[in-house]
This record gives sequence, C-alpha cells and structure tokens, in this order.
Amino acid sequence: MKVQTARAVRTLVAAGCVSLLSVAGVARAADSKQPIVIPTHNWSSQVVMAYVIGGMFESMGNNVEYVSADSQAVYESIRTGDVTISHEVWQSTFGKSFLTAMEKGGVIDAGTHTATTLEEMGVPNWVIEQDLCPGLPNWEALKDCHENFTTPDSDGKGRWLEGPQSWHGDLMPVRLEALGLADKWTVKFAGSADALWTELAAAKKEGRGTIVFNWTPNFTDADGFTFIEFPEYTDGCRVEDGGDGSCGSPKGWLKKAANEKFPKTHPAAYAAFEALDFTTEQIGQMAALVDTDKMDHKDAAAKWLADNEDVWAPWTKQ
Amino acid sequence: MMELLRERKYLQFLLLIVIFILMCKLIPATEGNWLWRLPSLLAQFPTFIYESVTFLMEDWWLIDVYDPDINEYEQKPLVREITRSIAAAVLFMIELVREIMLGGVKTIVAFTSWDYVSDNEWAELPGLPWTVVTGGVAILGYHLGGIKLALFAGLSFVYIAVFGQWEPSMQTLSFVLIAAPMAILIGLLLGIWGYKSKTVANILDPILNVAQIMPHFAYLIPVVVFFSIGDHAGAVATIIYATPPMVRLTMLGLKKVPPEVTEAGRMSGCTDWQLMRRVLIPTARRDILIGVNQVIMQCLAMVVIASLIGAKGLGSNLLIALNGLRIGLALEIGVCIVLIALVLDKLSLAWANKPTDYFADQSFKQRHKHSLWFLGVFVVGVLLAWIGSFQFKEGFNYLNVIPHNKGITTEPFWQWGVDKIWDTFFYPLNEFNKWFIVEVLAPVKKAYLAMPVAATFTLAMGTAFIVGGIRSALIVGGYLLFIALTEWWDRALITAYLMTMAVLIAGAIGIVVGTLCAQHSTTSRMLLTWCDTLQTFPSFIYLIPVMMLFGVTDTSVLIAVVVYATIPAARYTVVGLNSVPASLHDAATMSGVNRIQRFLSIELPMSFPHLALGINQTVVFALAMVVIGALIGTDDLGQLILGSLSDREGVGTGLILGFCVAFIGLAIDQILRTWANQRKAALGIPD
Repeated sequence: MKVQTARAVRTLVAAGCVSLLSVAGVARAADSKQPIVIPTHNWSSQVVMAYVIGGMFESMGNNVEYVSADSQAVYESIRTGDVTISHEVWQSTFGKSFLTAMEKGGVIDAGTHTATTLEEMGVPNWVIEQDLCPGLPNWEALKDCHENFTTPDSDGKGRWLEGPQSWHGDLMPVRLEALGLADKWTVKFAGSADALWTELAAAKKEGRGTIVFNWTPNFTDADGFTFIEFPEYTDGCRVEDGGDGSCGSPKGWLKKAANEKFPKTHPAAYAAFEALDFTTEQIGQMAALVDTDKMDHKDAAAKWLADNEDVWAPWTKQ
Repeated sequence: MMELLRERKYLQFLLLIVIFILMCKLIPATEGNWLWRLPSLLAQFPTFIYESVTFLMEDWWLIDVYDPDINEYEQKPLVREITRSIAAAVLFMIELVREIMLGGVKTIVAFTSWDYVSDNEWAELPGLPWTVVTGGVAILGYHLGGIKLALFAGLSFVYIAVFGQWEPSMQTLSFVLIAAPMAILIGLLLGIWGYKSKTVANILDPILNVAQIMPHFAYLIPVVVFFSIGDHAGAVATIIYATPPMVRLTMLGLKKVPPEVTEAGRMSGCTDWQLMRRVLIPTARRDILIGVNQVIMQCLAMVVIASLIGAKGLGSNLLIALNGLRIGLALEIGVCIVLIALVLDKLSLAWANKPTDYFADQSFKQRHKHSLWFLGVFVVGVLLAWIGSFQFKEGFNYLNVIPHNKGITTEPFWQWGVDKIWDTFFYPLNEFNKWFIVEVLAPVKKAYLAMPVAATFTLAMGTAFIVGGIRSALIVGGYLLFIALTEWWDRALITAYLMTMAVLIAGAIGIVVGTLCAQHSTTSRMLLTWCDTLQTFPSFIYLIPVMMLFGVTDTSVLIAVVVYATIPAARYTVVGLNSVPASLHDAATMSGVNRIQRFLSIELPMSFPHLALGINQTVVFALAMVVIGALIGTDDLGQLILGSLSDREGVGTGLILGFCVAFIGLAIDQILRTWANQRKAALGIPD
C-alpha cells in the first residue's frame, strides 16, 4: 500500500514537472523545428517567391521544405496540414479552390499582398502596333475587326482563347453574348497556361491577331501586353450576382493562405508570413530574374534576397 | 436467306450498319427522348463517393493524437493515421536512397528529431560525389553485363552530370528505385496469388483492366486524399499505374510452366516455397522479365505526372521549363528521363539473365573483385571531391556535384532546331491544318454528337454480339450504360471521336512502319528500341511544338495522341510478323509463292491476332494520351478530369470520369480480344 502511494506521489510530481516544462515551452513560444512545407508550382514568379520566403524563414532559424504540387490541388493539402502555406492565391484562378478549402475548415487567410492582380482578355502589344484592330484597347473596337482573329476551327468568327473552363466556367461566352459580340466572336477554352503562352508565340510568328486570357503580374508583361478595357466591373454585374454579365473583370486580390496550425506551431514564422507583402514590381523582378536573365530559380531567389534585405528583414522582426 | 445470314458474318455487319443508319435518321434529337439521350441517373454518384471518402478520412473512428508542437491533443481519424504511416514509411525509404546520393538530414531526423538536427550542424549525410555514383554504376554494369553495358551506363550518367541535371536526376532515380521494386514485388505476389487461386484471378482481372486503362490524372486526387502530397504520393500513383502488367505477366508466365516441370519439382521433394522459388519462377522467367521491363518503363513514364502531386526531380523541372516555352531545356530533361529508364532496364535484364556459376571455386579476392573496385572508385572520388573543395573555392565544387543548370547546355541548339522546323513547315502545315479541321475533323465530330444513344448502343452491342455472342454484347452494353447514365455522355462521345481518329491514323502508320521494319532482323530490333525510348519519353514535351505548329486546335491534340499511340501498333506488328514460324515461310516458298503473295496470304493472316492486340493497346494508349491532350484544350472527358483537380468534390468526379474513359477502352477491348482469341484458336496459335 505504502509503496503504491509513494509511486503515485512520484508520478504526480513527474507529471507536474512535465506540465510546468510544457507551459514554459508555450510561454517561450519558439518556433517548432518541424519544417515549414512550401509548395512550388509551374510558373517562375511563384517558384522564386517560394525560395525567397523559404530563405526568409531559414534566416529566422526555421527548417524549410519544398514540395512540387499542382496549383489547384494544393489547397486540399494545406487543409490537411501536409503543406503549410501558399503565397500566391490568385482571386479568379484559385479563389474557388481556396474558398472551398476554407469553407471545409483547416485553411486560414493569412492576409493580402499589396500587388493587385488583373485577369482579363487582352492582346500582345504588336497586335495594336500592326493595327489589326483599330481602336483597341477599348472593347467597342471588337465590333468590326474579327476577320483578323479567325482560326481554322472558329467557323469564320474571331477567336478568344480563354483559360481552361475550370478557371471561370462560362464567364467569357456569357460576356460575348451580353456585349452583343457573339455573332462575330467565339470562345475556345485552352487546356492549360502553357497553351496560352504557345498561342502567343505562335500568333506572333504567324503575324495573326490573337486575343488571349492573361494576367498581370506575369512574365508576358516584359514583352508588352495590353488588356482590353471592357465596361467597368460593378458589384452585381455578373450573371451569378443577378446582372447580365456585360462587364470586365475586377481588380483581383492576391492572398496568402496557411494551414490553421501554422500560427500555433511556428508563431514567429507565421507573424513574418502575415507581415510579408509583395508589390507588383517585386513579383515582376523575381519573374524577370528567371524568365529574362535565365537564372536558376534558387539562384534568382538568393540574388533577390541579397539585393532586397531592407524589404524583407523588417518582416522577420515582428 | 436466313441461312446465308447466319453463316456470313459480313452480311450480319451490313445489316447492323443499315439498322444503325436508319436509327440515326429516324430518332429525333429532342430533350427528354430516352432513345436520344438517357437521363443522368448517376449524377449524384460523384457526390456520394466524395461524401463517403470524406467521412472515412475525417469523421470515422476518431482517436486522440498528441501533437507535441502545439502541446495539445487532437482528434484524428484512424484511417488517415494508418495511410499516413504507410506514406511515412515509403517516404523514409525514398529519402534514405536520395540522401545517400545527394546528402541531407531527413534520415537522421527519422531517428532523432528536427530539434536535434537543428542543434547539431554535423548531423547530416554528406552524399556521394557524382564521380563515385557514376563509377559505381559503370562497375555494376561491368559486373552484370560486361564492358558494353559498363560503357553505356557510365556514359549515360556522365551525360546527366555534365548537362547539369545531376540533382533532379538523382531525386527522380531515388524515387524510381523505391517505386519500381515495390511495384515488381506487389505485382509478383499478386500474380502468384492469382496463379494459385482461381477466385483471386477472377477478382483481379477486372481490377487490372480498369487500373491499366484508367487515365492517371483521375486517381491523383484520391491518392492525395489518402496519402497526402509528396514523393510518397507520387510513388503510390506510380505503383498503381505500373503494377498491372507485372501481375498479368507473372500469372501468364506461371500458367505456361509445363506440368512435367512442376511434377519433377514435387518428386524431388520441394516444399511449396521451394517449388515456387526454385522451379516455377525460374521457368517462367522470360515473361516475368518482360513484366519487370514494363514496370520500369511505366515508372519513368509516370515521372512527370507524379510531380503534379509532389514527386521531386526531373518531372517538375520539365513542367517549369515547358511553362516558359523552353523546349530545348525540356528536351534535355526528357533525354535524362529516357537514359535513366534505359540504364535501369538494361541493368535489371542483365542481372536477371546472369547465369549462376555453381561450380566456381574462387578466392575472396576473385569473388569480391567488383566490390573492391568500387571501394577504389569511392576513395578516389571522395579524394577528388576533397581536393575540389580547395580548387573551386568560390562557388561550386564541380567534382562533388555539378550544380543544377550549370553544366553544358545544348538548349540553344535544340531551340534553333525547333525554330528552323517552324520557319520551314509552318505555312504548308497551316494550309493542311485548315483543310483537315474544316473537311475532316469538324464533320466527324458533328456526326458523333448527332448519334442517338439508342443507335450507339445498337452498333456497339450488335458488333459485340456478332463477334462474341450474347455474353460479349451484355458486357459491352453494361460498360456503355454506365457512361450513358452519367451526365457526361456528350463529352464521352467527343473523347470517342478523338480516340477513333487517332486509332485509325496511328494504327495505319504503325502497321505500315512495323511491316516494313519486320522484313529484316536489324530494323526490327531498331524499331523495338525506338518504341521503348518513345514510350518513356515524356509526352508533355511534344505538346508544345505541336501546338506551335497547329495552334490550340483538335489537330494538335490528335497529332500528340497519334505520336504516342503509334508505339504499340508498330511494336505488335513487328512481334506478330516475326512470330510466324520459319517452317511456314519455307513451305510457302516451296509452293512457289512470291514475296508479296506470301505476305498477303500467309504472314498477314497469321499475325492478325497480334495485330488485333496491337490495336487494342493503341486504343489504351490513345485514351491515356487524349487526357494529356486536354492540356492543349479539348471539350471532352479529359478536360473535366483536369478540372476535377480543383473541384470540391474532385475525388468523386475524378474517379467517375476516369471510369468513363476506362469503360470506353474496356468495351473495345472486349470486342477485339474475343475476336483475337477466336482467330488464334482457328489458326492453331497457342495463347
């Protein structure tokens, strides 16, 4: 009996110590040494930014790991904690996946970049320079220049090359209809971003007009790209919000997402991630290091970090 | 009249086609007409799958798990904990191999913790210098297959290193070195089980069918849900894709073992295990080796797709290169993938074919001379790397690892070639493209979409009935019914249209090329090597040049599909023509037929069963590629499968869409296989 009491007391004391220690641990709030998992997708600015953010975390003493992932499928992984963050959540392309994952629980919104995004139909600058559609970028110009934009499969109409249908559904066909352009223009859905860039390159070589879906900031900015100015976006102008759909795209946000446990496991790193905020120019710089200067993604990130310490260092000292 | 109809199959076909055309003309295309389109009764099925999986992975059987990082207990579902531990085990093995090649801390972390590694700078595996790995592969090649293999393996690895793809290549290699043996082992075990038990074989058969034809994109999301994202998820998807041929060929090989051999084994007093290990498997070696070859090819073919769910290495680099339209760089990466595939394939074949010398009485030095050589290479390599660390003070130690994209590059050369092709061929091709789309593709597509569902069923089931009787007809009908009851019948028709066009073109090219090459043993061999190479060459690469030439159109999709789907057609043609017995040739020559007569009335009919199977494989390859072609831009099932990657209920939609594609393939498989088997029986060719 006595022996047992003694053991019980000992256990209690030990338990007390352990809990004290762990309370101390929480109070100190140091970041866990578990690696922060950063996803890399298949476009340069995102990959460079992943290494930039990783480098920033590493400078704070954290461990970082990179995992290549599909840009749509990644939100499910953030939700379950297999990936920790996503640093480029584009409103109209990934907004749906992101909000869906948030709704299911497990993903938190870690703030918004200063950089605003625009995702819209547009033309490469040389289309305007060659005057293939006089009056652009005003959309009314589209009313009488569709002959310069036909392709074999477009049935004599001008072709808009839109991104994959999973990006915005029937937004563009509806817009054509609403603007009264449907008898002169038709929408073709590309299968991937690669298809859009190939179309840009191919149309340039052929000297044929092309209207493609594109966004900024993007590496195509370097070659010159002009977005078409449609009637301005207003709340409720889209069909799903009760409008007729005859409006352009809104300026979109560029958000950061994180797994909900990230603030608890890595409080300091999370604070830095929340403070982190890139502008359009900075994202453009990162992309240009790879796309224009042909640097390796990791080298580009190292160079950017070295050149811009005054930008990112304050974020780490939250 | 009825008598005649019963006997002559072509008359039956004629009748069938007349009925089919009448139905197309007579059935009105109106909403709600069940003869035109069936109602989508299965529309809720994807949601149901999604909800079941979510329940299983998130709410079923919660257990408390302690999370030391946030110092809290968390409720976690049991199933997910189990799948995640499997994932962790696979990941550990991959990381171990990877860190032997490249260095890293994860292996040590597995035994200690991240805290430990962060506190102790020295706790890191150093990784082998590339010289040592390359030397090791060459010695292994020499040990297994002599000087030729040694040179091939060594030079391939030198190529990889010099072109600055060492790091991603070793990441890919480490992934394949775990995924391939696992697929081989699982395949072997399932195959043996299927051989031993008829029931298992019957259950396995449909599962293997579906796993082989299902487009890989369709099970990416389910794999991510069960196993999360990373190299292990890539490995799981690869294993699903690579195992079926291994199972098939193991069962086939074991079945072919003559009963005399088994009995001889029994009489010598073998236990079951000894019988399997010492008698059956060695006897069935030839087929099992083809299985191993297929597994390795499939694993490397999956590298790019696996990178979509987190496999590191060449695959993700390739996707990034393509996104920037850097075709030259992508080609270099593609060549690395092919080289790794060829080296692994040749090494594994040499290993399996190496005769065991039972009588040699060798000294320690003789037996271990290759290990001793490797030791030498190791010491020299490490010494060189050490010296290199002084030589290349700033920047990179080229004797340890040639850093990524800092080797020699031939990118400008390839880019120049691509540009050249563009400049030369663009305009004539553009004319052809316009004609092809307006005159051929668009009308065919329209015709497919104008088919009433009843007519499609009549045509498919009728063909199956004429070829294989009522059983075949019911099986084919079942597959089609599933697709017709989903909401994607029209999309499936577009997939079928692309597939039919591709199979017609690829089949024609493949059979012609195969026939020409089969006339001589050297050209036959060359063609088969080409087939292996093209099969592992990542098909993503030619999407871009094709799109440059033909735009974002169905022509581009079709050409990409044809390039890939021609491989099996050519391969089976060569194999079929070469398998015509020499005695038949002699007999024919003696009866005085000339070469063309011999080909038309002897070789061709004799190899019809092989050709049918070749076309069957062409269908499978075409379906797989149609989905990848969706990256160019189609409006078929493939596009929806790509879309399901971002869909909230993607698990369900992805799987059901995958089944739809698989069932198109299986319906055709049913007809072609039945027919091939009948022909085989009629010609007296053994299975």
